[in-house]
Amino acid sequence: MTVPPASTRATSTQATANEQPVDGGRIIPVRHPGQWIGVAAILVAAALFVQFLVTNEKLRLDLVAGYLFERSVMRGLLLTLELTVVAMVLGIVLGTLLAIMRLSGNRVLSFVASGYIWFFRGTPILVQLLFWFFLGSILPMINLGIPFGPTFVEIPTNVLISQFTAAILGLGLNEAAYMAEIIRAGIKSVDPGQSEAAEAVGMGRMLAYRRIILPQASRVVLPPIANNTISMLKLSSLVIVVGLPELLTAVQLIYSRNFQQIPLLIVASIWYLLLTTILTIIQVRIERRLDRSVTGPRPAIRVAERQGTPS
Amino acid sequence: MTDPLVRAVNVRKSFGDLEVLRGINLEIDRGEVVCVLGPSGSGKSTFLRCINHLDRIDSGEIWVDGHLIGYRRAHGKTYELRPHEIAAQRRGIGMVFQKFNLFPHRTALENITEAPIFVKRQGKARAEARAHELLERVNLGDRADFYPAQLSGGQQQRVAIARALALDPTLMLFDEPTSALDPELVGEVLDTMKDLARDGMTMIVVTHEIGFAREVADRVVFMDGGVVVEQGPPRQVLDDPQHPRTRGFLAKVI
Repeated sequence: MTVPPASTRATSTQATANEQPVDGGRIIPVRHPGQWIGVAAILVAAALFVQFLVTNEKLRLDLVAGYLFERSVMRGLLLTLELTVVAMVLGIVLGTLLAIMRLSGNRVLSFVASGYIWFFRGTPILVQLLFWFFLGSILPMINLGIPFGPTFVEIPTNVLISQFTAAILGLGLNEAAYMAEIIRAGIKSVDPGQSEAAEAVGMGRMLAYRRIILPQASRVVLPPIANNTISMLKLSSLVIVVGLPELLTAVQLIYSRNFQQIPLLIVASIWYLLLTTILTIIQVRIERRLDRSVTGPRPAIRVAERQGTPS
Repeated sequence: MTDPLVRAVNVRKSFGDLEVLRGINLEIDRGEVVCVLGPSGSGKSTFLRCINHLDRIDSGEIWVDGHLIGYRRAHGKTYELRPHEIAAQRRGIGMVFQKFNLFPHRTALENITEAPIFVKRQGKARAEARAHELLERVNLGDRADFYPAQLSGGQQQRVAIARALALDPTLMLFDEPTSALDPELVGEVLDTMKDLARDGMTMIVVTHEIGFAREVADRVVFMDGGVVVEQGPPRQVLDDPQHPRTRGFLAKVI
């Protein structure tokens, strides 16, 4: 290796290397002037937006306030909530089952789960909703009995599958297919040593899933599940195709009469944002709880308080 | 002379084309401490995992406490056991892993009470009282409420030993229990194991700790290439090895 001549080595930093710091060695952090320019730009934009909101008479904020708690809007909101909660519960329970089936060594179970996921992810959710709603047209009666044998109970399909049931089946069964893949990823993220340790202490497969593997997977799957739940809030507006007036449809019905589209869409958006905010807060809380074992504070060391414990 | 606690007869095991165990024969008496030494890839960990059926054997048989592990003989045929029957067999065998494998979402205490409560269906109070005793025994009586992430490697491994003891096993298996530890933490785990040996526990220890083997083992088994090459009292095998492969291995590790 050749040594470069002294003149090129003496850069500015090296030239001052031996200088004594004048203010006692205080370190000046890197300045970020760009950040201040950015903040200024955001403030200006925000001021413009507020001015637009306040001074624009066509926006009809009075209508927004008036319709915010209107009866049909409230009923729509409630229906949106019901659909989201029931569909997500169905999706998570069935999705977990499908994920475990797919990961099981049993080829039949694994094949059935793969087929389910393939079908329900591969067809449009709108089609699925309509399919359940119109099931009665191809299968007028649902029979309970021995296949090819006697029938015990016979129920008209249209009685069994109401609008709400069709909506739940459409949304929930579709959600389960996506959920299965999220939960499968979560299960696979758990160290295989965990199942071995569970087996070594005599746990069966299902007990190991319930007590050891799924609780650990839940830390990983919580953010995507929250994502899907928030998405479901808005996806549930599709149930208008089976004739259910949830939140978005409720405001659409109103503005189809009074032509105040923007104010009413703002009404719906305010509720969606509120629900999303609540869900996000719940998510953060659960996440913090699940992370406790990893990032939580160290507990106090217990000092010899157990001396008199009966055995 | 009573029956041996563990009896392995001509145990064979392959992973694909690779035959890892090529006819292991070994008997271990009650209360005996056996250290299994050997180069990596010699099959010693696989053999240990076969004893509680974490890996299944291809042929031969392993008996523990009078039970044929993983299988059932009837009418001259061998049937594979159902998962819950295998789980029941495992309850009599404690296992300690190289990487501890503690349940990270449970405290030290909960790690120990998990199996007694949910597998053996013991009451919570009883399981917890016993868990506190066990933590005391591994010198961690003051760490009951700590999560694994809040414990050092040595402490975690001692909790793992307590967890295995909670099911009152007749046999303890140790799979390189100190290999993942920082050197200064090895001693505390080995001390715990020495206490256990002194109390009469039957132990099979796969290890690289020659000093531990010399001090604690009743017998040292040297494995290489999927077979038992040499075995005997530690002094004999470690100080006067007969087989050239044993000599070669010991020359490298001591």
